[in-house]
Amino acid sequence: MILSTNLKHIASRDEHAKTLAENENVMVCCGRMGPMCIPVYGVMEQLQSQYPHVAFTDMAFDHPEADVIRNLPEARGFMGLPFVIYYKNGKVVEAKSSIQSKEQIIEVLDRVF
Amino acid sequence: MKKKTYDAIIIGAGAAGLTAGIYLSRGKASVLILDTAIPGGQMILTHQVANYPGVPSTSGYALSQTMKEQAVSFGCEVESNVSISNMILDADHKQIEVNNDSVYTSKVVIIASGGRSRMLQVAGENELKGRGISYCATCDGDFFQDKEIAVVGGGNSALEEAVSLTRYACKVTIIHEFDHFQAFDHAVEAAKANDKINFIMDTHITSFKGKDSLESIEYKNLKTGETQSMALDGCFVFIGYQPNTEFLKRTGVELNSRDEIMTDEDLQTNIPGVLAAGDCRMKKVRQITTAVADGTISGMKALEIIHR
Ligand SMILES: Cc1cc2nc3c(=O)[nH]c(=O)nc-3n(C[C@H](O)[C@H](O)[C@H](O)COP(=O)(O)OP(=O)(O)OC[C@H]3O[C@@H](n4cnc5c(N)ncnc54)[C@H](O)[C@@H]3O)c2cc1C
Repeated sequence: MILSTNLKHIASRDEHAKTLAENENVMVCCGRMGPMCIPVYGVMEQLQSQYPHVAFTDMAFDHPEADVIRNLPEARGFMGLPFVIYYKNGKVVEAKSSIQSKEQIIEVLDRVF
Repeated sequence: MKKKTYDAIIIGAGAAGLTAGIYLSRGKASVLILDTAIPGGQMILTHQVANYPGVPSTSGYALSQTMKEQAVSFGCEVESNVSISNMILDADHKQIEVNNDSVYTSKVVIIASGGRSRMLQVAGENELKGRGISYCATCDGDFFQDKEIAVVGGGNSALEEAVSLTRYACKVTIIHEFDHFQAFDHAVEAAKANDKINFIMDTHITSFKGKDSLESIEYKNLKTGETQSMALDGCFVFIGYQPNTEFLKRTGVELNSRDEIMTDEDLQTNIPGVLAAGDCRMKKVRQITTAVADGTISGMKALEIIHR
């Protein structure tokens, strides 16, 4: 189960762990191909070249192993797709839920990475 | 600064802007379409479009991508996720500065910036958006399985979505500011016939409360002034629409009291060479079909101005 985006897909718990181990800065957008998620993937695809030091990735929300995102303490109380998690050196440094604009995403990227 | 001149610049790549682009580029005009987000506009927010003639039920996203591909195939340039830093519209050569690094000029500008869902603008709404407060039932409904939720609004969207949310929620309270609904009778009847739905009329929500997620609301009866609170897990807001016209405030483009762009029958604004199309302008029916019609009319008028 993967999403149809041009982002790097995380398709399992192992791939999630490997991505965090291999990259200092990781942004994961965990969602569906739905109205609130598609605009966020679009912004991430566009920002990839501008932020080469960040791994822009996605994960299908309904994948059983996406519980690595769904069950994060930082996502407690989230009730809106997508769940967007920012990791630095494997640690969650920011977590957002629901649609985000390009400005809101850039604000987080510039602040945490 | 990067500089480039086009025959026409279109602001907004929704149904109206993309259609105007298709007509203009097929008419051999050079066209740039700018969008602050990704192309598609509100079509992307629509899970299923069943009333676009000639197209059997499809996803709004798929329809928007086809429209975009069509516009690009005829020669339109599309720049997405831009930010417009400056605009001069009341000159023969309109000038639009983008991302503080590019200046585009054109003879004609079509504003097709559409609209967005209106927020309640009450305490706690911003903080709890995505944490119990939602504006999209199809996106977030399944987070509210067996939960108690409210739906705010009295139009067709509010009543239809309230009924659809009863698939998940155990109780849905519709909160509306008047003593009657604006929705069609069949939508009101369907909501009234559903025993999971109850109603609080003449009421405004005054605040949302919650730590990690929404826990309760405070609301006020507008007739008696009485204030109460209610424990809730979720709240869906469908209180209508707001045109995306804030960015025009200092450009001289005339807006009405609802901030919609005023146009004549050819969709020209008060500024020569500046047209408006789609949901951002003053009109009664806001649908993909009417946005597409506006795109056609404004595109044709723009061609006339370009070749004048
Ligand atoms: C949930 C939902 C369901 C709907 N269902 C249906 C349906 O089933 N059938 C139907 O016919 N209609 C439906 N509609 C209505 C329909 O989607 C709209 O009427 C139509 O898409 C409007 O098109 P538009 O091009 O005028 O505006 P929009 O689609 O709003 O597009 C405007 C574009 O302009 C961009 N923009 C905004 N400001 C700026 C700026 N300053 N600079 C540059 N770009 C900017 C936006 O990012 C957007 O891409 C629905 C609407 C919603 C919200």
